[in-house]
Order: sequence, then C-alpha cells, then structure tokens
Amino acid sequence: MTNVLLVQDLHFSYHDGHSALRGVSFELCEGEKVALVGPNGAGKSTLMLHLNGILTGQGDVTVGDKRIARDNLPAVRAMVGLVFQNPDDQLFSPTVFEDVAFGPLHMGLPKEVVTARVESALQAVRMSGFRDRLSHHLSVGEKKRIAIATVLSMNPQILVLDEPSAGLDPRARRTLINLLHELPITMLVSTHDMKLVEELFPRTIVMDEGMIVADGKTKEILADAKLLEAHGLEKP
Amino acid sequence: MHSDVFDRYHDTESFIHRLDPRVKVSVTVAFILSNALLPDGAWLAFGCAWLCLLFINMLSNLGIGFTFRRSFVALPFALVAITVLFSIPGKPLSTFHFLFWDLTITDMGLLRFMSILVRSWLSVQMVILLVAVARFPDIVHALEHLRVPSILTTIIAFLYRYLFVLVDEVFRLLRAREARSAAAAGARSGGSVVWRARVAGNMAGQLFLRSYERSDRVYNAMLARGYTGHLLTINPHELHRVDYVTAALAFFVILLLQLIGWL
Repeated sequence: MTNVLLVQDLHFSYHDGHSALRGVSFELCEGEKVALVGPNGAGKSTLMLHLNGILTGQGDVTVGDKRIARDNLPAVRAMVGLVFQNPDDQLFSPTVFEDVAFGPLHMGLPKEVVTARVESALQAVRMSGFRDRLSHHLSVGEKKRIAIATVLSMNPQILVLDEPSAGLDPRARRTLINLLHELPITMLVSTHDMKLVEELFPRTIVMDEGMIVADGKTKEILADAKLLEAHGLEKP
Repeated sequence: MHSDVFDRYHDTESFIHRLDPRVKVSVTVAFILSNALLPDGAWLAFGCAWLCLLFINMLSNLGIGFTFRRSFVALPFALVAITVLFSIPGKPLSTFHFLFWDLTITDMGLLRFMSILVRSWLSVQMVILLVAVARFPDIVHALEHLRVPSILTTIIAFLYRYLFVLVDEVFRLLRAREARSAAAAGARSGGSVVWRARVAGNMAGQLFLRSYERSDRVYNAMLARGYTGHLLTINPHELHRVDYVTAALAFFVILLLQLIGWL
C-alpha cells in the first residue's frame, strides 16, 4: 500500500522552551484508520498541528508526495483535513453553510462546485437540513458533525481528528462512531476513549512525553497491561 | 447553555421578510438619515414617518405595536442630549437652581430637545424592525454587497459569532464563583470590597486570556482550511423586480417625508 503521510524525526519546542515533540516518526498508509492515544500533554495535539503545517518544527512531514514547505502549504491543507477538539473554534462563520463552504471557497473552486461540495459534505455527516442554521444554536454533537463536514468539503485525503468523542452523550457518540466507521478515508484520531479505539481502529499509536512509545495492532497494545499502565491508559 | 439574548430575529412569513436584505438595510439607513436631516419641530413629518413605521410593522406580520413596545430601551441614551435644553439661546421658559448653576430652559432648547428625542426614537424603532425581519448573517451579506469594507464586515461577523461563546464563558465564570461563594455558619459571606474587586478583576483577566487563546485556536482552524488573509463568501442573494420596486417606493416615501418636513 502507498504511504499518504510520512513523518520523520519531528522535533518541536514551544516558545517557553517546553519541548512537546522529541523525535516523532511514523507513517500512514492509504485507507488506514489509526488511533493516537496517550496522556494529556503527551504532544498529540501538537503533532496534529504539524500535519498540515500550522506548526513547523525540525524534521520532515510528507503528505502524499509533497514535503511540507512554505510554498505548498495551501495544497497540503487541502489534503489534510484537521478537525479541532472544540467545535466552537472550528465553526467561526455565522451560518453552517458558510462554514462548510469556507474551505472549498479558499481552494478557489467555482461557486457551483462549492455548493455541491457543501451539500455532499453535509449529507456525509447526515446534517443536510442544517444548511442555513446558525452555528451557535446547535448542540455539541451537531457542532462536532458540522466541524467534520467543514473539512470533508475540501475532499481531503487524510482526516485528522482531535478528541472527536469528548463531551458527547452516548447517542451523539454512537452517531459519530458510525459516521467515522463509514467514511472511506485515511484517518488519524487522537482520543482518550479506549472503547472507541477498540471498536474502530485496527492500529494504535501510543504517545508519551513527546515520543511514540508504541505503534502496532490495537489488539496487541490493549492486551499489554504493563504498557498501558506505564502511560496512564486504561483497558476498555 | 446557549445565550440567545441578542438574537432578535422573528421567524415569520411576510412580504418584508422575503425582501432582499440589501433593500432592508439601505432603506433603514436612508430612513435614519432622513430623520436626522429633518428640521427641528417638523412634527408633521415625524408623525408621517411614524405612520410609515407602523405600516411596515403591519406588513411584516409582527403586530402593529411591535417596535413601539421595544423602543423604550433606547430612550435613556437620548438623555445625553439634555444639555441642549439650557444651551440654546431663546425665550426663557423656566429657571431653576442646580448645585452651583442657575439653569434656564429656553423655548428653542425645548424644541431642539424634543426633536432629538423623537428622531432617535424613530430611528431606534427602524433598527429594531430591521433586526426582527432580517437574519443577522443576511445583514452582514447586505453590508458586503453595499461595498462596506470587508475588514469591517468580517469584524462584525466574528463579533456576532463569538459574542455568544463569550457570553457563555462569562456565565460559566460567574457560576463557578457563585458555586464557591459560601458562608461559614454565622459569619457574613463575601469578604471586603477590595477583595471582591480583586476577584472580579481576576475574572476579567481570565476572560481576556481565554478569549486571546481562543482567537489563536480559531485562527489555526482558519489556516487549516486554507485561509490566506482574504475572507471569501458565496452570497446567494439575488435582487428581484419586487425588490427594486419596493426600494424605489421606499426612497420615494422618504423623499416625501423630507419635503413635508421642509415645506
């Protein structure tokens, strides 16, 4: 299978000197759905911000055949759909339509294509009727699904989700899991929801203190009680 | 928790609701401008303007007294104009002593004051009507179409979007304080004024920091979807014949109001 994402020896420190990534390397194959787990502050979110060049550290990130550099950022951002943890950060336009249209519009697509993409993205997250709704009137579960639609409309090759199931009630969580299950797209999902990991992702990456401490089959990782305990995780 | 206190849109079906937002915005602005331009004491014109307002109220299915009932919130602001009562030269009506000053109300001053009051009262009603019949995002679109600089419309759109988030944030902070504002048995709760002021100050600081950090995250979310410094939008609005006719009619009526006022 072909690689769609390749991260090589990535290092990153924040301005205050706190080093968040200390030599991260991994790759994603096409169609793979991978969980990214680890305790708070392990560097998961920081790593995700590197995957479409919002943060740039030392080391290489290659998306498709493009090594992320200043001049190909727009192209890379269209390929990697990043969904943030708090949907209120993600949904910044007054209406749902405008939010979902934001990505495709900035890709320079013609109006008809943008409208069609918005429709199909909303359909994919089963929110077709919400086009003209105001973002601040939605429930958290609805906001999360719209947030996913805002990047699906860019037809990304990789979907990167930060804690998608946090703060959802069981029904909203179930809807989201079904949705993630159905989407035929390469996925990297950071989460603390180990049940979700077990159910949805064949492969798991464990991060702690800015490094990858384990990367393999979910079944094997979840069976390794010692590893889980050492990195503040629990068996589902 | 949602705070919808600022949302004043009334979801009804009416001729006015169906109009293009550009028509609504430009007629509103013209109406306000017209009020400001009418001379002092043009009571007939003011009266006619109010009748027009009532008529639009009726057309928008909101009930004839809709804006009237809501208009009084803005009246206290008209008090800023109270100094004109004393500062315009004219025939003295009454004099009274206030602190160190002898203040004399003149007839011209009274006339000017009442006119300002009526002007602002009419204008406020029109704006109340506008936000009741046009969704806020549509108003922002209309402003974009009317060539308001995009930096301003962008700021307005963001303000509108995050006002709700911010207010929710404030409520959460207040509630967190409430939850811990306990009193020991028999003791008075609350501490000194200075201490309470410090708590309030800390909360304001918290709010600023949270907003600041949120703006960072929002900006990242924008970057992640290809933002390069220009906001692009699709505006689905289209001006139809009925919009043009209505706008022309409205401007004609406003012109008439001016004529009535000046003749």
